[in-house]
Amino acid sequence: MERNFVRDVSHLPTHGHGPSNLTWWGTIGFILIEGFAFVLAGFTYLYLMMQFQHWPPGMPPPELLWGTLMTVLLVLSLAPNVWAKRMAEREDVPRSRIAVLVMLAIGVLTLVIRWFEFTVLNVLWDSNAYGSIIWTILGLHTLHLVTDVGDTAVLAVLILTKHGKDPRRLGDVTDNAMYWNFVVAAWVPIYALLYLLPRAV
Amino acid sequence: MSPKDSHPSDELRDGPGLNEDETCRRLERTWGTAPGLWGWLTTVDHKLIGRRYIVTGFVFFLLGGILALLMRLQLAQPEGTLVGPDRYNQIFSMHGTTMMFLFAVPIMEAMAVYLVPLMVGTRNIAFPRLNAFSYWVYLAGGIMLYVAFLLNTGPEAGWFSYVPLSGPEYSPGKRTDFWAQMITFTEVAALAVAVEVIVTVLKMRAPGMSLNRVPLFVWSMLVTSFMVVFAMPSIMLASSFLIMDRLIGTHFFNPAEGGDPLLWQHLFWFFGHPEVYIIFLPALGMVSSIVAAMARRPVFGHLPMVLALIATAFLGFGLWVHHMFATGLPRLGVSYFTAASMMIAIPSGIQIFCWIATLWDGQPQWRTPLLFVVGFVVIFVLGGLTGVMLASVPFDQQVHDTYFVVAHFHYVLIGGAVFPLFGAFYFWFPKITGRMLSERLGRWNFGLFFVGFNVAFFPMHLLGMVGMPRRVYTYPAELGWAGMNLTATIGALMIAAGVALFIVNVLVSLRGGRIAGPNPWGAGTLEWATSSPPPSYNFAHIPVVEGLEPLWDSRGRLPVVHGLRVEEREVLLTTVVDAHPDLREPSPRPTIWPLLSALAITVLFIGSIFTPSAVVWGSIPLAVGLIGWFWPKRSRTPTEPVVES
Repeated sequence: MERNFVRDVSHLPTHGHGPSNLTWWGTIGFILIEGFAFVLAGFTYLYLMMQFQHWPPGMPPPELLWGTLMTVLLVLSLAPNVWAKRMAEREDVPRSRIAVLVMLAIGVLTLVIRWFEFTVLNVLWDSNAYGSIIWTILGLHTLHLVTDVGDTAVLAVLILTKHGKDPRRLGDVTDNAMYWNFVVAAWVPIYALLYLLPRAV
Repeated sequence: MSPKDSHPSDELRDGPGLNEDETCRRLERTWGTAPGLWGWLTTVDHKLIGRRYIVTGFVFFLLGGILALLMRLQLAQPEGTLVGPDRYNQIFSMHGTTMMFLFAVPIMEAMAVYLVPLMVGTRNIAFPRLNAFSYWVYLAGGIMLYVAFLLNTGPEAGWFSYVPLSGPEYSPGKRTDFWAQMITFTEVAALAVAVEVIVTVLKMRAPGMSLNRVPLFVWSMLVTSFMVVFAMPSIMLASSFLIMDRLIGTHFFNPAEGGDPLLWQHLFWFFGHPEVYIIFLPALGMVSSIVAAMARRPVFGHLPMVLALIATAFLGFGLWVHHMFATGLPRLGVSYFTAASMMIAIPSGIQIFCWIATLWDGQPQWRTPLLFVVGFVVIFVLGGLTGVMLASVPFDQQVHDTYFVVAHFHYVLIGGAVFPLFGAFYFWFPKITGRMLSERLGRWNFGLFFVGFNVAFFPMHLLGMVGMPRRVYTYPAELGWAGMNLTATIGALMIAAGVALFIVNVLVSLRGGRIAGPNPWGAGTLEWATSSPPPSYNFAHIPVVEGLEPLWDSRGRLPVVHGLRVEEREVLLTTVVDAHPDLREPSPRPTIWPLLSALAITVLFIGSIFTPSAVVWGSIPLAVGLIGWFWPKRSRTPTEPVVES
């Protein structure tokens, strides 16, 4: 088949931010998948709740301290997270480096808090269906925390070494920030389900 | 020099400034897969991975078919002794599991992996390494399940593994654990492909291919991929609950501790019913491609066709309870699901009529692909009719768990998916291999399959109505079911002969088939604009699209853009709705890391069947694999300075 050159694309940029990028869309895709898994896990929680006369069944609900601390920390972490995203979009490498390190520190701190959360649930996963679902939901969220902390650690190494000069690393910083927003957004309804709902019913 | 000042013209680019042979030679060097085993293991070419995915899916189809034949031979006469009850349980569970999870969904996605990048006019799929990873994970899951089966540890509780039958009490041992982990493998693979397809369709379309010019097959894969995104988390969650109940003592499905077996059915069918459409929608896209090419006119009613696909997808999520009519749910809820189930006939009807109108108005060439489309329409309409019957609760309760249901879903699934798939094999085989399949063998293939199918499955309607339950390994002679069962078995053997003929056709045509050329059917979509089989880089220059059927619209002089690099892998990104050129984006080169990561995840998944601690120690090699995968690689040539917008 003959061809007919109609347009030159060589002057198009090789790097964009947000929805111009493939990785942004890929991240959104996986956020949709994982977000929907959280939604279904939440439905399971409510479904199982309907099977019981008392909720929690014969034990106190999870203690508020660590879970509330987690909520406060996660919500506050949005500020440095948004800052990291802005610095990366502005291609401010030195400040992006600091922001990534701050986010890494916050991530590690959330894992410490999560450890203590697991110790005050007042139920084990094999006690009854109530225990099974709250351990599973908390475990699912912990998996996201661990993944994001690992991801941020690798990113920190990259951005502090010679790889940091590649503008694509800054794109990684913005995508990582978006993913953290999701991890926080997923937590808030989980906190309500696990900690507040049992006290309200 | 700041990157912003640089002019990108130092690099070699495709276009009028570079000799055509030189362009192709350099593109081949940049995009080609290295020969030999290393190249085979590391390739990220969507065509090589797609082809491998298709062949693997077809092998699982043959294995599932052999299991079906074993069942039919066992049931050919009353009190058969070929297979005992325990083995029979494993065989029907393996048959359903294979056909749904290892054949139907993967092969539809495989066709998309091969075809979608070509049809939207780009050089490779989005996230090509994820694509390679997806294939290896799928392969590992399938092999694991069959090794377990050969060691007498195959799943035994049916393809939907209802609790409590599949729970720790009634299915001791590891059989159901292998089933549950097979789910994890195949769903990880399917979700990865879904994301790739969504991003490829949204961001990598050729300039000018605005959403209203996207081919129907690509639309169908886009909609399917979104369905995968929302359906698969449900089954992953359900199978995780199941395996946790079995291995670490949770109580999700244990009523003694507040769990509920019906929770399994809700979660399973919230996935399971959309699953049917995940298999069926791609087939509709294939039918549209075939019908347009064979009738030599665009499909009648392009917009209603797209809307019908989307409507089917939405309705598909509102039907799951019709699998649970026999569980005693509240009547109001059941009525809603009856209405929704009947409503699905509307978009299906619209599509059927649009195809008929297309053929009516066109000049159809009655070649083998079109024969399979006709077979599809006939069989699928029959399956749809029994579907409307089953949507009514009293009838459903009468024939629940009988061969009537077996007949219904084989009419829907084989009619709705396998017939179009075979049509698609005949239609795109020349694109993939460069040679035509034999028409004569194709007609015999179709005839045997079509007649055999009806001989095998029509009697099952009647068997179900006279009360033969599904999943029984034998029946006494006094019930009078022998004649119809023998008929069904004869039909099954005819199907087998038809499939065998297809394999012969493929083997013969691969060597001696007629050379196809770029566009043997005179079709209008972009995959036919390049040679058959396509070169590693798909298109020497990225085409520009001006209508629904670019090759028909351009009348032999295809408009193209130029200016992509030929020494580095580069793809063109366009805007989501209008497909305006937006960015030039590097595309990943071959690497071994997706295979290593897939092996690591295999160790983790299989290990976790035997010890929960595998989830912890197994994550270490997986993390190593993923870090190696994402670690920045050195480019072959000095990188181009970044060009900012």
